[in-house]
Amino acid sequence: MIRIKNLNVDLEEFFLEDINISIDENQFFILMGPTGAGKTVLLEAIAGLVPVKSGRIIIGKRDVTRLPPEKRGISIVYQDYALFPHLTVLDNIIYGLHFHRVKKDEQKRRSEALIQQLNLRHLLHRYPGTLSGGELQRVALARALIIHPDVLLLDEPLSALDPAFREEIRDALNRLHRLSNITFIMVTHDFAEALSLAQQAAVINNGRIEQTGTIEEIFRCPVSRFVAEFVGMKNCIPVRFNGTNAAVEGLEIETGREWAKEGGYIAVRPEDVVISRRPLHSSMRNSFQGKVTCVRDRGFFYEVVVRVGDTAFTSLITKGALLDLGIQEGIMVWVSFKATAVHVF
Amino acid sequence: MKTRELFFWVMIASAVIIMAFILLPMIQLMTAPSLPMLKKTIRERDVLQSIWLSIYTAGLASLISFVLGTPLAYLLSRAQFRGKGLIESIIDLPIVIPHPVVGIAILSIAGRGHWVGQILSWLGVRIMGSVTGIVTVLTFVGLPFYINAAKEGFEAVSPRLEKVSRSLGASMLSTFFRITFPLASRSILVGAIMCLARAVSEFGAVVIVAYHPMIAPVMIYERFEAYGLKYSQPVAFWLVALCLILFLLLRMLTLYRKKRS
Repeated sequence: MIRIKNLNVDLEEFFLEDINISIDENQFFILMGPTGAGKTVLLEAIAGLVPVKSGRIIIGKRDVTRLPPEKRGISIVYQDYALFPHLTVLDNIIYGLHFHRVKKDEQKRRSEALIQQLNLRHLLHRYPGTLSGGELQRVALARALIIHPDVLLLDEPLSALDPAFREEIRDALNRLHRLSNITFIMVTHDFAEALSLAQQAAVINNGRIEQTGTIEEIFRCPVSRFVAEFVGMKNCIPVRFNGTNAAVEGLEIETGREWAKEGGYIAVRPEDVVISRRPLHSSMRNSFQGKVTCVRDRGFFYEVVVRVGDTAFTSLITKGALLDLGIQEGIMVWVSFKATAVHVF
Repeated sequence: MKTRELFFWVMIASAVIIMAFILLPMIQLMTAPSLPMLKKTIRERDVLQSIWLSIYTAGLASLISFVLGTPLAYLLSRAQFRGKGLIESIIDLPIVIPHPVVGIAILSIAGRGHWVGQILSWLGVRIMGSVTGIVTVLTFVGLPFYINAAKEGFEAVSPRLEKVSRSLGASMLSTFFRITFPLASRSILVGAIMCLARAVSEFGAVVIVAYHPMIAPVMIYERFEAYGLKYSQPVAFWLVALCLILFLLLRMLTLYRKKRS
């Protein structure tokens, strides 16, 4: 269990303000946020690599706030691998064992297991300079895990990799997490990565935690406009509440329940917005007519922007649907979504 | 045929003039003494002694710079603090001070009128006219070259590698010896050689502090004063040969490093 209480860090370029996070043992926890939000700083604060201004960091039952990094029981893996260039792959992997009291046969057992799990046997006597990105990251993982840390810190381990390697390392992370009882804390700016790996997460922006909870909660019920946009809710609209309705410039959007506040935001995931050429007779309580102003090719999907009055709704539809409905810029369509698809914050 | 711009010829002329400027005196110096003369000179006890003195005092200066300067160079490469620029300028000071002034400055604190001189005399250390004095001024003039090269070497080692090492259980000291130092070792070696080369070539500061025991440059000067050009050349030949070897070593090391990275 890791608890971070009222943590403040003030570096010149980055800062963290009043960070509170609680991570259960053996979790795969993801720290998300845009570039420059302070994710890496938080990771390095947990590792003891940046000075902490105030607050406490507790790993297990130990308060590690004032401990040097080597006494915290953590390992860190960086996006750029940070392998020691003057050591062979094998020497990189076993580096940490020099500083831990581990019996010879146990050392052997650990390194053999990791070499096996991460498929590194053919690389052991090479130097890092000659390895590919995926290989480098596998070595970095082995090096970090060999000391059996309580917590493994991962700083965007997938971002620098080609797509093919990314899949491979993501699978490896998943497998290693299942096989060990180590708590994984991973930083990413990619929400899709978080979805495929983690159970719990926090969204960080401008040095502050915006939201923390299960991935599902963050995905389904973002608590702020920033989080909503970060998790891909394109349709974030400022509204005034009136009964169960949310009003915006002539539109009355049904939210399904009453809200005890006057103003706020509603958000609808673009995949929850249905487009049709005629009014739909369905259980969907919200249905508006508008004009298609933009159609963007997003690879497997098309993003269609429909203007209703002054409000733009974005919908994701498949290429097939796009062709079937004959959607193109300038035509009139209906956008519909359920009251339960409307998130209020 | 393509006609070259005038600037192209300016560059060629610049290269030719500078090469001639450096090489003509050197070639003349190295070819003027006759072979028997060279042989005779190198067999002279005084000459051998002074060349050996030059090498080992410069070597000691380089070693002292390495031991004293490495921690400071590392500090300057990693820490950001107020007054860092000032410290860096102070380190460069020995490069800009005229050489005889260095000698005078060192002597002026080594005398009995200064508390440093009093401590030294209480310890039984003599600066004036001693090997200790020679090593002191050579360290003074060579230190900046070592510290600057070592600092650059340390700066090239990513702090991230040190962070990873710390997280894997290594203390600051273990991290320095296992990661930072090996990765910066080439720069450190280059720095030590530059410091050595600088110290071997020092004359002005040494001649103030210690005319005797006589290092090679002082001997060359003495022979020039007493017997003229012809008699100073053979000693100069042997000293230059030594400096050239140092220089070649340096070039080979830096070239090797470039190839590796």
